[in-house]
Amino acid sequence: MIKLLGIAVIVAGFALRLNPLPVIAAAALVTGLAAGLDVVAVISAFGKAFNESRYVSVVWLVLPVIGVLERAGLRERAGALVSRLKVLTTGRLLGLYFVLRQASAAMGLTSLGGHPQMVRPLVAPMALAAAEARFGQLPAAWHERIRAHAAATDNVALFFGEDVFIAIGSILLIKGFLEQNGVIVEPLHLSLWAIPSAIAALLIHGIRLALFERRLSRALRSPPAEPGESA
Amino acid sequence: MIGKAEVYALAGLMFAAYALLGLFDRGRPRSWKNSLFWALLATSFLAGDRLGDLGNGLLVVALVLLAGIGGLAPAAQPIGSDSRRQASSQRLGWRLFVPALALPLVTVLGTMLFKRLAAAGYAIVDPAQATLVALAAASLIAILVALPLLRQPWSAPLHEGRRLIDSVGWAAVLPQMLAALGAVFAVAGVGQVVGDLAAQAMPADSRVAAVVVYTVGMAAFTMVMGNAFAAFPVMTAGIGLPLIVQRFGGDAAIMGAIGMLSGFCGTLMTPMAANFNLVPAALLELSDRNAVIKAQLPTALLMLAFNTVALYVLVWR
Repeated sequence: MIKLLGIAVIVAGFALRLNPLPVIAAAALVTGLAAGLDVVAVISAFGKAFNESRYVSVVWLVLPVIGVLERAGLRERAGALVSRLKVLTTGRLLGLYFVLRQASAAMGLTSLGGHPQMVRPLVAPMALAAAEARFGQLPAAWHERIRAHAAATDNVALFFGEDVFIAIGSILLIKGFLEQNGVIVEPLHLSLWAIPSAIAALLIHGIRLALFERRLSRALRSPPAEPGESA
Repeated sequence: MIGKAEVYALAGLMFAAYALLGLFDRGRPRSWKNSLFWALLATSFLAGDRLGDLGNGLLVVALVLLAGIGGLAPAAQPIGSDSRRQASSQRLGWRLFVPALALPLVTVLGTMLFKRLAAAGYAIVDPAQATLVALAAASLIAILVALPLLRQPWSAPLHEGRRLIDSVGWAAVLPQMLAALGAVFAVAGVGQVVGDLAAQAMPADSRVAAVVVYTVGMAAFTMVMGNAFAAFPVMTAGIGLPLIVQRFGGDAAIMGAIGMLSGFCGTLMTPMAANFNLVPAALLELSDRNAVIKAQLPTALLMLAFNTVALYVLVWR
């Protein structure tokens, strides 16, 4: 039980909104000490794991080109493109992105999206422009909410799309772990049984985006402009 | 053969360039801290394998202290005014999308190509690292396409990259830190304790309870670990296999598939999954770092409910 102290440190640290880096370091220290390691051994174990996890940070290699594109006006261009297509509301645009992201992830093309590559330079500016084209300057709170929904859409579509592809990491992990325990399953079966949840995610998140769009229009449609609509 | 080492060297050089540029940036207070932070990360990428475990550990301690005490400097303002970007955007038109779409497309095509080549016996790229190498190659190719096509100066990639990495700040190393914490949890056997607790907590003779504890346990333990991959073996060995499959005769493939997806619901709800939740909040410059989690919460809870019901209905078909 005492080994779970590290988890308590994490929960408390995040709840108090402390800077996560010291919180994580403290959690690692507490967990290591509880497991009977000394301080030097904990620092070494953490350093080893940090070094072996460097692949996680390789994604930052995309920032220079994203920065160049922003300098040249990509976000403005993406916004202008959407402003001209009046049918593309914020909700519809994010819904469309959801379908594309989920479908491509289901075909194993998980790299065709992502927050630094797609959401920041393209999806978020487009979602904002779609709202600005209809409602003018957005209040800060809605500006923030739309950006958060752009990121959320990418995550949900990816998570409930990728497992439909048979050679994705999580399917191979499930197969490998069950096999170690003497249960043989076909990857094809695993990906097949990911389909009901994929469809449910599409429906649930699609409806939520439609509701989000409705709340957005209700909040931002100025009553004088359309007197018939005012409540 | 091109593999991890070359990609890490490239990333190391990039971070080293950010550190150097920071030294010449006299306009901003605390800019030296950012320089030191990126210099340490550059050291990790360029020389991490030669530092030893304790050396790497001390490097992490230094990163934590730099970010934790007083924080890093805020990002510089974007170069060029809004109106200049607006004009550039109109002048360049559709050409702007070429490098933007080349980046993901080249990543995908490169991954496929490198794997095919290796399978055909031309192992130019380590097939195990195909995606990583393809991402790095795509980033370089997109820059080489963008600079002449958009008539941007050669200094722009590093200046703009530094502006963006400074706006992400310490969150840039958060996913790597959490991955390392997960490894320490594994060494300490945290998963085993949680699995035992979950197994003790549940009544052994109820199918409904077994399914609910399994799916909700997957989500909850994923929230703690930040990663469904870490939760899956623990919950499946503790509850899934002994109860749902062995005692009640459920289908292991259905349990595994929907169990993992229940874990993904947890990923959507936890700051521990930093690369999906906190890093995007930093990248999109959101004032509330939990804003992405809040936007995902209803979907995550509804999907967890769906998965629980679906597992119960389907597993004993």
